[in-house]
Amino acid sequence: MSALSALGTLGRKKPPGQKKDNVAAYLFLTPWLLGLFVITIGPMIASLYLAFTDYNLIQAPQWTGLENFTRMLSDERLHNSLKVTFTYVLVSVPIQLAVALLLAVVLDRGVRGMAFYRSVFYLPSLLGSSVAIAILWKQIFGTDGLLNQLITPLGFAGKGWISDPSTALGTLVVLNVWTFGAPMVIFLAGLRQIPAMYYEAASVDGAGPLRRFFSITMPLLTPIIFFNLVLQIIHAFQSFTQAFVVSGGTGGPSDSTMFYTLYLYDRGFGNFDMGYASAMAWFLLVIIGVFTAANFVASKYWVFYDD
Amino acid sequence: MTTETLPRSVPATRATTPVWRRVRPALTHVALAAAAVVMLYPVIWMVVSSLRPGNEIFREPGILVRDLRIENYRLGWNALTEPFTRYLLNSAAVVLGAIVGNLVSCSMAAYAFARLNFTGKKFWFAIMLVTIMLPIHVVIVPQYILFSQAGWINTFLPLIVPKLLATDAFFVFLMVQFIRGIPRELDEAARIDGCGKGGVFLRVILPLMVPALATTTIFTFIWTWNDFFSQLIYLTDPKMYTVPVALRAFVDATASTSWGSLFAMSVVSLVPVFLAFLLGQRFLIKGIATTGIK
Repeated sequence: MSALSALGTLGRKKPPGQKKDNVAAYLFLTPWLLGLFVITIGPMIASLYLAFTDYNLIQAPQWTGLENFTRMLSDERLHNSLKVTFTYVLVSVPIQLAVALLLAVVLDRGVRGMAFYRSVFYLPSLLGSSVAIAILWKQIFGTDGLLNQLITPLGFAGKGWISDPSTALGTLVVLNVWTFGAPMVIFLAGLRQIPAMYYEAASVDGAGPLRRFFSITMPLLTPIIFFNLVLQIIHAFQSFTQAFVVSGGTGGPSDSTMFYTLYLYDRGFGNFDMGYASAMAWFLLVIIGVFTAANFVASKYWVFYDD
Repeated sequence: MTTETLPRSVPATRATTPVWRRVRPALTHVALAAAAVVMLYPVIWMVVSSLRPGNEIFREPGILVRDLRIENYRLGWNALTEPFTRYLLNSAAVVLGAIVGNLVSCSMAAYAFARLNFTGKKFWFAIMLVTIMLPIHVVIVPQYILFSQAGWINTFLPLIVPKLLATDAFFVFLMVQFIRGIPRELDEAARIDGCGKGGVFLRVILPLMVPALATTTIFTFIWTWNDFFSQLIYLTDPKMYTVPVALRAFVDATASTSWGSLFAMSVVSLVPVFLAFLLGQRFLIKGIATTGIK
């Protein structure tokens, strides 16, 4: 493009669609488009096909129609893994977000050293998905672990928190709550957007701190709460590493930490039942899609947009 | 834009007496400090325990170090078939490839979405946003088949090539948002000086989007370093193990006696993440505040 023709277009806003840079644009998009088709959409279609087959990686896939799906209907371990995953998501995400919101509100009041606290609270969300922290968790909640060492002198009865099926999942919930720092930082950014004059006006009208929180902060923050909720739910549904390491890859004790993703890994890469694993993967996509859609529909009733 | 706090003036209410106003910040600090200690105590305890003789992990909940021992580190370093150096280097290679891949491919796609006008732009952009939410499990089985047919199992290619093809759409989105904030007049000025689309990208946009590139680098570093699922699937030869996969093999091979060295190697694996956090927290905080990534 010559300087002269560039001059000609300068200062005049191009209406959209008037001049296209198709060649340049698609050149820039080439790596992404390749990735989209070869690494994402292609495999998605392939896994949709495999979901209707019996495939063990060695023999060619055998078309079995709906057999994988009818098997899923009667697979007790699958039903249990759904129960474990739903419990984990529905318990840990609300607690995590409540803690994140509480600390964000406290930090937003102009605490000295706020940046320091923010960093300290944020750090666990970077460490939390690592194998190292899962190993630490395995020790802390073990029979001779840190928790029991701390509470038995205080007169509490310790136990093997991970070896007991009734508390094993709880230790993973605690781990997810521990990583509240990322949503907290998002809440902090949202709180920063609320104009101070709203609070001043409310105070003049005699509103106390609690009233100000529920009548100003909460409604104006609902879009951020919604955003965090959608994100953390999608994230929690896909949890894998922590349950895998803490349970030694078994999802035990008694399948009490058998997340859906763990069971999928067990079927696909433990038993090379690739057809069944593909069917499970698509079902996971449907679950996450339904949850996200439900979230968006429900948001019409409680999320408040101030514009 | 700065991310530091601007203390918001809390208007006086009937409840704020002078005494309360002086006591309350102190109480807030005590509560916040207590929360911070509870949060970080386990990690600090792990570091301290790794420096104690083996079995004290199961007896000593405190964090005071009396005599400092590095025997756990020496033992842990050589506990598996390969020295730990090997796993660190493997992880470093994967991380480096992922960073380069993400920087190049995501910035190119982001430039097209943010600045160029082309047929189907809205459609592709919507697809890109949807892929951010896509769980990896939906594509992992056929991807595994694809890469195993290509003979890529036990190489780093399945972990790096997807990044070269901008499959981390998160970062495309992050960069699009950033580029939109760069004044278009700068593009126009460069065009008058004779730059084509590629020239504008290389000479104007890329230098100005360094903060977004830094955010991408640090997040890619930490996520790839911690990533376990795909590394577990694609790397089964102990020579090719990355740090997380090696640690997991260590857990499985460990009787309760070598927890000290297991802790030591866990600490080693967290050091790079901690350093990245220290050096890059400004970019991390800004990155998650603008796009909500974790």
